[in-house]
Amino acid sequence: MAIFINEDSKVIVQGMTGSEGQKHTTRMLASGTNIVGGVNPRKAGTSVSFPKGEGTVDVPVFGSVAEAIAATGADVSVIFVPPAFTKSAVVESIEAGMPLTVIITEGVPVADSAEFFTLAEAKGVRLIGPNCPGIISPGKSNVGIIPADITGPGKIGLVSKSGTLTYQMMYELRDFGFSTAIGIGGDPIIGTTHIDALAAFEADPDTEAIVMIGEIGGDAEERAAAYIQAHVTKPVVGYVAGFTAPEGKTMGHAGAIVSGSSGTAQAKKEALEAAGVKVGKTPSETAALMREILS
Amino acid sequence: MDLFEYQARDIFEKHGVPVLGGVVATTPEEAREGAEKLGGGTVVVKAQVKTGGRGKAGGVKLAHSPEEAAEKASEILGMDIKGHTVHRVMIAAGAKIAEEFYFSVLLDRANRSYLAMASVEGGMEIEVLAVERPEALAKVAVDPTVGIDQAKADEIVAAAGFADDIKAQVADVIQKLWTVYKEEDATLVEVNPLVRTEDGSIVALDGKVTLDENAGFRHADHAELEDKDAADPLEAKAKENDLNYVKLDGQVGIIGNGAGLVMSTLDVVAYAGEQHGGVKPANFLDIGGGASAAVMAAGLDVILNDEQVKSVFVNVFGGITACDEVANGIVQALAILGDEANKPLVVRLDGNNVEEGRAILAEANHPLVTLAETMDGGADKAAELANAAS
Repeated sequence: MAIFINEDSKVIVQGMTGSEGQKHTTRMLASGTNIVGGVNPRKAGTSVSFPKGEGTVDVPVFGSVAEAIAATGADVSVIFVPPAFTKSAVVESIEAGMPLTVIITEGVPVADSAEFFTLAEAKGVRLIGPNCPGIISPGKSNVGIIPADITGPGKIGLVSKSGTLTYQMMYELRDFGFSTAIGIGGDPIIGTTHIDALAAFEADPDTEAIVMIGEIGGDAEERAAAYIQAHVTKPVVGYVAGFTAPEGKTMGHAGAIVSGSSGTAQAKKEALEAAGVKVGKTPSETAALMREILS
Repeated sequence: MDLFEYQARDIFEKHGVPVLGGVVATTPEEAREGAEKLGGGTVVVKAQVKTGGRGKAGGVKLAHSPEEAAEKASEILGMDIKGHTVHRVMIAAGAKIAEEFYFSVLLDRANRSYLAMASVEGGMEIEVLAVERPEALAKVAVDPTVGIDQAKADEIVAAAGFADDIKAQVADVIQKLWTVYKEEDATLVEVNPLVRTEDGSIVALDGKVTLDENAGFRHADHAELEDKDAADPLEAKAKENDLNYVKLDGQVGIIGNGAGLVMSTLDVVAYAGEQHGGVKPANFLDIGGGASAAVMAAGLDVILNDEQVKSVFVNVFGGITACDEVANGIVQALAILGDEANKPLVVRLDGNNVEEGRAILAEANHPLVTLAETMDGGADKAAELANAAS
């Protein structure tokens, strides 16, 4: 087991024929992901050859997500298209009924994210991202851009807004390994939240303990803290980045009312600690707290 | 990106939201001309700053003639309001106000949707109203796929309790404000106060608009709304090079990849600084995924031009980026900068191709560069060096 993806996941790549898509499809294939197709209406019916192991593998290109699902039974799509085309790619995936869509693209207008998230909710399908590194269940499947060689399978579940901080924490705890590490993205509107990931880790028999990484802005960590207190029985260790970061400028006055919190790292740390979560001051201290729990 | 009031006024006008005449001025003479353009009668001279409380600070003044407008403008221009220097004033036509209301539509992060808020008790600070009389502030969820249509506008107006005789007018203005939100890719449109004038018109008297910078690709006209005066010179230089840089008040320059890791690096350096004379991080600089030599050189150039900086900590975790490329970038950047590179650099590399990266730096053996094994160790060394040089 793992969360959201596993060794049976069949993955298609929207934007596979672009330069980013090609680069990361190669990496995903190398780390064992079962990539069953790409989508590009102008190149439907062709295939792209990728290096894999000693030889190569040909991945078919379909004209639409719906065609790809019909032909391959794909249940995950990962999106590597530029921001201006992301909304239509995500909407296509949602409308085709894709159970999970992972949106790597950075710089998506928040109005587009608000729209496609609303559509996904109505359709009952899951989105991860945008502006995220993706999700990896080491040794099983790797969907996105998380390096597969940092660490292997293990008992820790990791959820984080930040990509490189995810890598740093996987590296700190590389001797333990991870059931799943998921980067949910740092945008104001994201498809999968800390709470969604915490709920999935709580239900996952392969996950024994959870690392949750947050950062300044919004009140997602505070809400996650309340959720942990009420619903999570597995040990959770937290880290919040940005204690010394300057006050954000993007939030207007009215926004502060909605979040009901100042969004500072200190407030988030306090909320997590009040929920019984041990919070590290640095990534290494956070890793040390997890070591204590697992040893 | 937060807009000035005069910019919000112009955008409102463009989308048919009723506003009063307004002219921006950067000198008393322009203020006088502006007041004349508005008919020569009573005007309000308003400081243009991106902060609240300007009225209390003396940044809003009534003037009864163009000459007086010039006088008031000369008093307000150059004023400091909560750390914001006033570079512009808006000369606004006077209005006879009968009632003040509040309206906003904004991104609701918690519900991953939009929220409209309205109150018939406008004029006061909305944060105060929300805390003291929450029942007076109507909050209505807005579906991002539908927006504020006639039905939604009617719902908002009813929830806030607008009087029957102005309901239709207010609902109309609210739909136009939604058009602003939608068409301009805003994340906040706030009108405080929205007023009913004595002659019965509904007018947006003061507006606050925040635009989504991610949507810049579909709004070529938004670039010119940027406030270039406000940017720190180093921030402006960084922006020219597409670097994500924020100047802080400290001595240890920071370069890293990925916003989360850089934020974390600032924290670790600040903690390390507590043991080394209280030195602090000097900046936030995220060089992003591809740390090429050119990007590294541009980043180092910005940081080394910060006179406060005494040492630099380069903290890179090679995920997609290979550490050998980063190391080559550092070596080439130091060569490009030559004598301008004159402060010690502590470099911590981990991840993809780390051995090759460390070997390149060891081989180059640059006198300014110290290699660190861990993030904590690197932060400590950089803080120590900054303290020694202070």
